Parts: sequence; structure tokens; C-alpha cells
Amino acid sequence: MTIVVAYSPDEYGRAALRAGADEARVRDEDLVLLNATRGDALVDPRFASDEHIVEVQDALQEQGLTAHVRHEVVPDIAAALVDVAREVGASRVVVGVRHRSPVGKALLGSVAQRVILDAPCAVLAVKP
Amino acid sequence: MEMLLEGFGTALTPTNLLYAVLGVLLGTAVGVLPGIGPAMTVALLLPVTYNVSPSSALILFAGIYYGGMYGGSTTSILLNTPGESSSVITALEGNKMAKAGRAAQALATAAIGSFVAGTIGTVLLVVLAPRVADVVVTLGAPSYFALMALALFAVTAVLGASKLRGFISLFLGLAIALVGTTTGQPRLTFGRPELADGIDVVVVAVAIFAIGEALWVAAHLRRRPLEVIPVGQPWMNREDWSRSWKPWLRGTAYGFPFGALPAGGAETPTLLSYITEKKLSKRPEEFGKGAIEGVAGPEAANNASAAGTLMSLLAIGLPTTATATIILLAMQSYGIQPGPQLFDAEPELVWGLLASLFVANTLLLVVNLPLAPVWARLLQIPRPYLYAGILFFASLGAYSVNFDAFDLGLLLVFGLLGLTMRRFGLPVLPLIIGVILGPRLETTLAEALAISQGDLSTLVGEPVAVVVYIVMALLLVGSIVGPRLRRTAPAHEDEEEKVDVR
Repeated sequence: MTIVVAYSPDEYGRAALRAGADEARVRDEDLVLLNATRGDALVDPRFASDEHIVEVQDALQEQGLTAHVRHEVVPDIAAALVDVAREVGASRVVVGVRHRSPVGKALLGSVAQRVILDAPCAVLAVKP
Repeated sequence: MEMLLEGFGTALTPTNLLYAVLGVLLGTAVGVLPGIGPAMTVALLLPVTYNVSPSSALILFAGIYYGGMYGGSTTSILLNTPGESSSVITALEGNKMAKAGRAAQALATAAIGSFVAGTIGTVLLVVLAPRVADVVVTLGAPSYFALMALALFAVTAVLGASKLRGFISLFLGLAIALVGTTTGQPRLTFGRPELADGIDVVVVAVAIFAIGEALWVAAHLRRRPLEVIPVGQPWMNREDWSRSWKPWLRGTAYGFPFGALPAGGAETPTLLSYITEKKLSKRPEEFGKGAIEGVAGPEAANNASAAGTLMSLLAIGLPTTATATIILLAMQSYGIQPGPQLFDAEPELVWGLLASLFVANTLLLVVNLPLAPVWARLLQIPRPYLYAGILFFASLGAYSVNFDAFDLGLLLVFGLLGLTMRRFGLPVLPLIIGVILGPRLETTLAEALAISQGDLSTLVGEPVAVVVYIVMALLLVGSIVGPRLRRTAPAHEDEEEKVDVR
């Protein structure tokens, strides 16, 4: 079994990674990190640089965890996360959730919400 | 001088000041965003000319033009993706500086250099334009015909990588300009009454720039995001200043005359300025690794060329860049004919515009120096939102020309043409200039031949016309022989080849 972490190089992604790593250690399972972008903006700060991905991988290795990183351009991030979870037969999906104002909730979709609803397994939603 | 002071009176009224601020903000924003340039923005904003006074609209457009030159450098430096073709050269050294942790200095020398060059360029414009207009006003129809032919030829043959592609684009434009019944008999109207009055240039411009670009982006939507280099407040130390001021002045000296020439544009002078700085630099080894001179010179050159472009637009009535072409279109929609008579016919408008250029330039320095990091955040806007807005304004603009759905069909057809041209690397500038200058070329020719009662030798009957034709012949020879010479020369200037983005 595997634990899938939705990663981004910000506090939410880091919180998700911390929780995912704890979970992986407790359950003695592998980690799969997904860092995806829709690629429709010229610059996406939540899409990590290659160097950053290597750093994260090295850090996890030092903690004795096996981690695969998916670093992809996808049309829909929530769907991609659910697909990865199905593909690797995940036991847990870990996502970071952010605060949204009422207006924000009305206007913007939420990746976390869609993952919670659509994922084939338990979802751990963490706050930074 | 007195006229200029009166111009400041026009430019500093609250309304016009507001339009200037709006213009520089919009201009910087579209300059920062690759693919969206000042030409497209001004084309999309052409409908404002229905409600806004001529001087306010021109102040807005001039602000956008100047702003685009500033904004392009930010993207070049931080992202290595030029926001505008005029900033291609800036990316060479600017991005290297940013990677070496000197992004703040690169942005500062670009902004201050742009300000210095823009101000000097505008002073030159104010001093020279009325004098040039006095000379041009004495020219007869044959000389004017020759000048227009030179502009068309030069833009097509001198700029851009491929002359064949340039001429395909130019003749497409001239063909579009033929549509209508201006000569009495219908030409290319396909029996449609809607085409009898010709195709409105606004529709063509909006379609080629906005729809073509939107379709192109839609076809290449998902891309791996680029990495933007984080930057703080732009600043320079004493050494940066002492290394920058000479390149600024030399860049200005290149930019203004090239902008004013019919074959101007900002691409040639920025390249020349870069090569000169590389030759003159005391530290040539730094070039290619982030030399501040390589940012200061080209950035000054592109702003000075914007001022030069306005000179040939205002004093001769010849547009030499895409943005100038659209500004010419805006003036025509007010019934104002740019050219030598403009300074006598519309003094308030012209001097108000010239004064507003000083205002815009100062505003740009204020807006750009402290806010560069904020502008860089514009790059995070998802393109679907951006282009949805552009398509909306494009359709609105095309429809508002005649309030006829037929124009929307034309918009789509020319939009597809724009996409095809991008796909096959045809430059759009010759097409747009062809559409605008085509009818004027025809009228001038008819006028010249009417005066001479059909005698063709009148076309070479004026000294200026003869000189212009000789220049054209030299350009033709130069553009055929030049590349061959360059090919035999040692291939050390490989930057030169990379310069032609699409």
C-alpha cells in the first residue's frame, strides 16, 4: 500500500508532506508525491522547480522513507490526484487545506474538497 | 516652447492625467505579459475613440505604447521570455544578471535607462518633429508615394528573418486593402453588399492581433511553467551607475533615428546597441554572463525608438511599428489625418500629446521602479481568464464598428488567418501596415497621375522621390548581399540569429 501526498512548495504542501511522512512511518508504507500544475499560466509558484524536488526527495530518503515524485502538467489537479491514488492503490491521500473566505468559497473551486469527495480511499486533510 | 507649455496645460488636466495613468498601467501590464503587446491592447481599445475626446484617447494610447516598452524588460530579465520583441536583446544579459542574483540592478538600469532615453527621445521629438513637418509639407504626391512605398518595402524586407514571408504578409494586407468600391467598380467584394465599403481596418487589426493570438495560445495552452527569479526592490550602486550612463546615451542615439526611419522599429537599434556595448566594454568577458551594459544600452534604445516612431507618425504620417499603425488608425477614426499638416491643423492635440509623453515617462519610472515585483506577479494569471477577456473585447470592438454581425464573421475569418500566419511564421506587421497604407498609396498615386495627366515619369519627377527610390534599391541590394557576407564572416555573433522570434 502507498500514501499519496499532494505536494506544493508552500506551507500547505509542506504540512501535507509532514503528515504524509508521519503516516508512512507509522504504517510502514511508501510515499508518492504529486506536484502538478495546469500549465495554463506562465508562472505557477505552486509548481516546484526540479532542484526543489530533488531536495525534497533527498530529505525523505534521509528519514528512511521511499518516495516517488510525480511532477506533471495535467488538465485537472484534483482528477490527477484521484487517478494517481487509484493507480497505486493508495491507502491514504494527504492534502493541505487552506482557509477560504465565504466569497472565495463561492467563486473558487477547491482541489481538496474534490479529492475528499472523489478519492477511492481515506483522505487526510491537514492544516499548516 | 510656448506651444509645449500649452501642451502641458492640456496634458495635466485631471481627465487627461487620469488617462495617462491608466495608459502607463495598462501598457506596463501588457508589456509584462508575453504575447499580449501594446499593439493588441490599443487595437482592443479602439472603440473608446467613440466616446473619448481625441487628445485623451491619444494620451491613453501613447501611455500604453511607452508602458509596453518598460514592461517587456521585466519579463525578459526575470523569466528569460521577452514580453515584447523590443526586449529580446535585454533577455541576453538581463536574465544572466538575474540568475547571478543581480535582478534588482538589471531592473533598475532598465527602468532608469528607459526613463532617460524616453525623456531625451521626447525632447528630440518635440524639437525635430515640427521642423520635419515643415519639410515634408513641401513634398508633392510623387515624393509622398515614394516614401510610403519605402515604408512598406523596408518593413517587409529589412525586418524579420524571411523576405518571402514578409512579402506574402504584405501582399495579403494590400489585397485586404483592395476590397471595396472606392474606384467605382467593385473589387474583391464577392457580390456582398457588406463588403462594398471595404473591410474596416479595425476588424482586421483586432482579428490579427487579438483573435489570432488567442487561438494560438489556445492551441498551445498547457506548458510547463517557467521559473521566475524572485526579486526585491530594484536599486543600483555607484559602480552600476557609472557603468550604465554611457550605454543609456549611446542606446538613445541608436534608438531615436532608427525609430524615426520608415524601416525603424526597436529590434534593429537594440541589437546594434548590444553589439556596440559589447565592443566598447572594458569588461567584454562579462558579456554572456550578465553585463549591466548589455541591459542598459538596449533598454534605452527601445524607448528612444518609441519616441522616434512617434516622430515619423506625427510629422510624416507614416507608421513604422504595429502600435504606431494602430494609433494612426485611431487618429483616422477621429477624422484627423496625421502628417505634416497636423501641427498646424491640430496644435492643441499634438502638443498635448507631446507633453503627455513627458508625463507618461515620469509616471512609468514611478510605477516601475518600486513595483517591479508586483508586475511580475501578473505572470501567474491563468491564460484562459486572460484570453477570455481579450476575446470578449475583440468581439465587442469588431461589432461596434458598424453594429453588424457580418463583421463578427470577418473577425473570425481574419482571426483564423492570424493563427495561420503565426503557425507558418509570417510576420503580422507588414500585413497591418499594408492594410493601412494600401488605400493611401493608391490615392496618392491617383493624385500624382491626375496632376501629370497620366504621365508615369512624374513619379521620378521630384528629387526626394528619386533619393527614396535609390535608398530602396540600396536596401534591396543590401538585404540580398548582407546575409551572404555575414555567412562568410566567422560565426561569432550567434546571438544575431536568435533575435528573430517568430
